Amino acid sequence: MPAPSAASATPPPVILVATRKGAWLIHGDAQRSRWWLDGPHFLGHILNHLVLDPRDGRTLLAAAKTGHLGPTVFRSADLGVTWREAARPPAFAKTADGNGRAVDQVFWLTPGHPSEPGCWYAGTSPQGLFRSEDGGDTWTPFSPIHDDPDYLRWMGTVQDGTPDGPKLHSILVDPRDPAHLYFAMSGGGVHESRDGGRRFAPLLKGLEVVEGFDVADPTFHDPHCLRISPADPDRLYQQNHCGLYRLDRPGDTWVRIGRNLPAGVGDIGFPMVVHPRDRDRAWIFPMDGQTVWPRTSPDGKPAVYGTRDGGETWQRLDAGLPREQAWWTVKRQAMGADQLDPVGLYFGTTSGELWASADEGAAWTCIARHLPEIYAVEVAHPAPDTGRR
Amino acid sequence: MNVLIPTPLRSYTGQSMVVAHGATLGEVLADLDARYPGIRFRIVDEQDRLRPHMRFFVNGHAIRDLSHPLAEASELAIVQALSGG
Repeated sequence: MPAPSAASATPPPVILVATRKGAWLIHGDAQRSRWWLDGPHFLGHILNHLVLDPRDGRTLLAAAKTGHLGPTVFRSADLGVTWREAARPPAFAKTADGNGRAVDQVFWLTPGHPSEPGCWYAGTSPQGLFRSEDGGDTWTPFSPIHDDPDYLRWMGTVQDGTPDGPKLHSILVDPRDPAHLYFAMSGGGVHESRDGGRRFAPLLKGLEVVEGFDVADPTFHDPHCLRISPADPDRLYQQNHCGLYRLDRPGDTWVRIGRNLPAGVGDIGFPMVVHPRDRDRAWIFPMDGQTVWPRTSPDGKPAVYGTRDGGETWQRLDAGLPREQAWWTVKRQAMGADQLDPVGLYFGTTSGELWASADEGAAWTCIARHLPEIYAVEVAHPAPDTGRR
Repeated sequence: MNVLIPTPLRSYTGQSMVVAHGATLGEVLADLDARYPGIRFRIVDEQDRLRPHMRFFVNGHAIRDLSHPLAEASELAIVQALSGG
């Protein structure tokens, strides 16, 4: 498949860093050699995700809450100079008995298809899927999954998920078809819709689950991160609780490509990044998934692993990273790629460091440290005339 | 009635003490939301349950029920029980 060429006019990257205590916008120069921090924004707020709308290059959405205040979404049309709260944040439908679910966190934000300007999707904890058609100002529950008995069972309760609740994440929109959607549930598997969200169905064949559980039941599937190749939307990758996978559509069987990683490293992790112009190139950040699941760099030696052949072979990419005693955790949203050539890679640690590579992982430098616990890293190329630079 | 606003919610009100009206706690919160849009959802969830760690005191006495009756002369304090790092 012909890949779109790297746009030489692509503006310099801005790294959107969401943390447990606020957000930072880290601006790079054209060479990606100098960086300066703009922030904190929302100091003290819990920021799960900060995303730029690639359709206009200027609208930022932030998924926020505090330790006490309810969850909400903030919007900025000037790259964070000014913010405005959503008039109606994501919320489940009120039930007659008042015992229904309530959004605890807005966890994930995905801009809609280019043909649907103003459309955004949000994933929440407890697991819910929401849509806005006005640029994130008002949100409504999206799709019948919230009322479907199967989906409600697969979603489980707060007891079934990550420590601060199961999360609906990795909402993907096929760039060829706005009605073709995917999402993942941290407890509940990967799901696909081909009719604009009216119906979703599990997409689980080939995936493994923890030993002793029913592989056919979505309840027991734990996807960590789902990615679609921008160069070939028929290529999906998935970092899962039980390994690393690839899926080539129209096929429906995931292949465990993580078996090709060194045995001492394994194929457990949270984030995953796919090359913007080559479906066969991808990067992961392996973490220790043995015994009690430390979820730190194996043996205290952090490394990104990259593939150039769709996961058949992997290369260790650790030049510039600490050689020992670095017990890093990188969360599922905390790794991203820019659109430049060569591709720039970025990841943020829960210990508050942001690392960057301007050469597809060949060498790494730390471009910010001493930040709060990093939850999400997105890479944006805002329109040059937008906001403060 | 006078309503004491905690610091995390002053981005909505701009001040620590505001005036709102209503015969119940729920009505006062609705009036607050009309004056300061968005403030109620940060305090009360979509099922009309008070969010965890949100506390209300009327004339110094703790209340938890949105239907709790309030007198116009009451003083309502909204407090957040801050904990954790």
